[in-house]
Amino acid sequence: MTVHAGRHPTTVGGRGSVRRHAKTGLGLFFTAIMLFPVYWMINVSFTKDTNMRSDPPHLFPLDGTLEGYRAVLDQQLPYLGTSLIVGLGTVALTLVLSAPAGYALAKLRPKGGGVLSFVLLIAQMIPGVIMAMGFYAIYLRLGVLNTVPGLILADSTIAVPFGVLIFTAFMSGIPDELIHAAMIDGASRWRTFVSVILPVSRNAIVTVSLFAFLWAWSDFVFATTLDGGGDAQPITLGIYHYIGNNNQQWNAIMATAVIASIPATLLLILAQRYVAAGVTAGAVKD
Amino acid sequence: MAHDVTTRVPAPASTGAGTRAAKQRPRRRRGGNWAAWAFLAPIVIYLLAFYAYPLYRNLDLSLRHYTVRSFVRGDAPFSGLDNYRAVFADPTFGPALLHTLVFTFVSIAFQFAIGLALAVFFTQSFRLSATLRALFLVPWLLPLIVSASTWTWMLNSDSGIVNAALGIVNIDAVNWLTSPDWALTSVIVANVWIGIPFNLVVLYSGLQAIPAEVHEAAAIDGASGWQRFWRVTFPLLRPVSAITLLLGLVYTLKVFDLIWIMTKGGPAGASSTFATWSYQLSFGSLLPEFGPGAAVGNLLIIMALFFGLLYIRIQRRTP
Repeated sequence: MTVHAGRHPTTVGGRGSVRRHAKTGLGLFFTAIMLFPVYWMINVSFTKDTNMRSDPPHLFPLDGTLEGYRAVLDQQLPYLGTSLIVGLGTVALTLVLSAPAGYALAKLRPKGGGVLSFVLLIAQMIPGVIMAMGFYAIYLRLGVLNTVPGLILADSTIAVPFGVLIFTAFMSGIPDELIHAAMIDGASRWRTFVSVILPVSRNAIVTVSLFAFLWAWSDFVFATTLDGGGDAQPITLGIYHYIGNNNQQWNAIMATAVIASIPATLLLILAQRYVAAGVTAGAVKD
Repeated sequence: MAHDVTTRVPAPASTGAGTRAAKQRPRRRRGGNWAAWAFLAPIVIYLLAFYAYPLYRNLDLSLRHYTVRSFVRGDAPFSGLDNYRAVFADPTFGPALLHTLVFTFVSIAFQFAIGLALAVFFTQSFRLSATLRALFLVPWLLPLIVSASTWTWMLNSDSGIVNAALGIVNIDAVNWLTSPDWALTSVIVANVWIGIPFNLVVLYSGLQAIPAEVHEAAAIDGASGWQRFWRVTFPLLRPVSAITLLLGLVYTLKVFDLIWIMTKGGPAGASSTFATWSYQLSFGSLLPEFGPGAAVGNLLIIMALFFGLLYIRIQRRTP
């Protein structure tokens, strides 16, 4: 197990290249095992109802069908629409709340800022199920159960502390000279924030937006407690009802699952570096 | 929940243009306090209204005797610690605590071991290394309902691919999700699968931070690859490992979606944890027991905070 073999450019041709090919092969093998459930989801989504219970199961969708996807188009579009709105709403709310807070904590450094950062860290550790219970009690009284804004608010609690931490970390890397220059030109703090800080914080904005969207899109806990009886329900509930109601139509369930995975897939293809950055954010100090 | 596992403090080099500069803290500007709190006002109000208040409501729920009617009207009588006493005396308590601990620690052990092995594997350079590593993120990014329903079907007793594969090597079909003996194992397997990417990515970046010279020196001294890993790499990785494990604990303790979707904590409570039990009490039946549900939830918060504070302590101490 040569941990940093890659840093030695000594393996040229011959045995070295064979070993490297072997490693690529091994890597492909591990990845194939890891992604098998994903493949299986796609495979089942194309499987005909009549083949669904065949033994052994069909490994390839050779004799495939689009029934599952037709069912998605017929039944799941409203759910997808709701999820999209909830996701975008959560992104907007998260950005509006966390970007100014990150700026203040990173650059204006008020007394008590440390305590606030600590509270945000703690806030992230509260289990969602418990938050959902508290929200349920409050929403019931206020009459905002089963509403889209209510769900957006609840979903934002997953992303806001993360957003503040990311913005704080990113913005403390912005040179103070940039801010001073703007101040000397007579810009107010707000003006400086909007026209100097925000434009250079693009990477942080993208990272926070991506995760806020993904978490809101994937949320099940808040959806099932706070929006379980509404007209506008998100796709996670669409799938959940499917599983509960027609146990037999697994191609439709898996087709919905495939569609529900699209945002995650797009994210990985288009914004991979932001994803890895978000995962490791702060878990490792650099 | 290994899923929303992201959090905490300083950004890695890749997010920050010039995180290095962050190390030099700027002086506080005069009069900045008011301006700063003006920027912070929205988040403070938000935290009070949408974190503190729901948690207060939850605490309040756990200290009152609620019925459906009094829940709506909000006039339930104060009952002190009765709900907590009831929860402790409940026959579900012991098993739920045990399942919570087994689920959490077994999940973490496997996620970490597999994640670390893969991280070491991926530090070697070979073609497609970066691409394959990126693909490993997929399970972590998928919505939990997607992963959970896929595993549900894969583990189906009659038509699941897992039993079909076992059949080839002449092992009898297992009732993964419907037998009390196997339900907890099944949800652990699915949870390990979801958690591997997080461990891989964090440990990988930890490995990257270890200077190559350290390994070169050890190699020159004649250490074998295996020795280099256990005597050099692993000790140097300890701070990152501790952080990964503790965060894993915090997030695995609160896993709810996965278990609920796959087994609903069943059969007969065989896979119920504090998270699912709490939900079960409050929302899972026609006759909700909000008081005990909230009490179980608060116990879960205490457990999560214990590991959470330990995490923060260790993270602050890491140089």
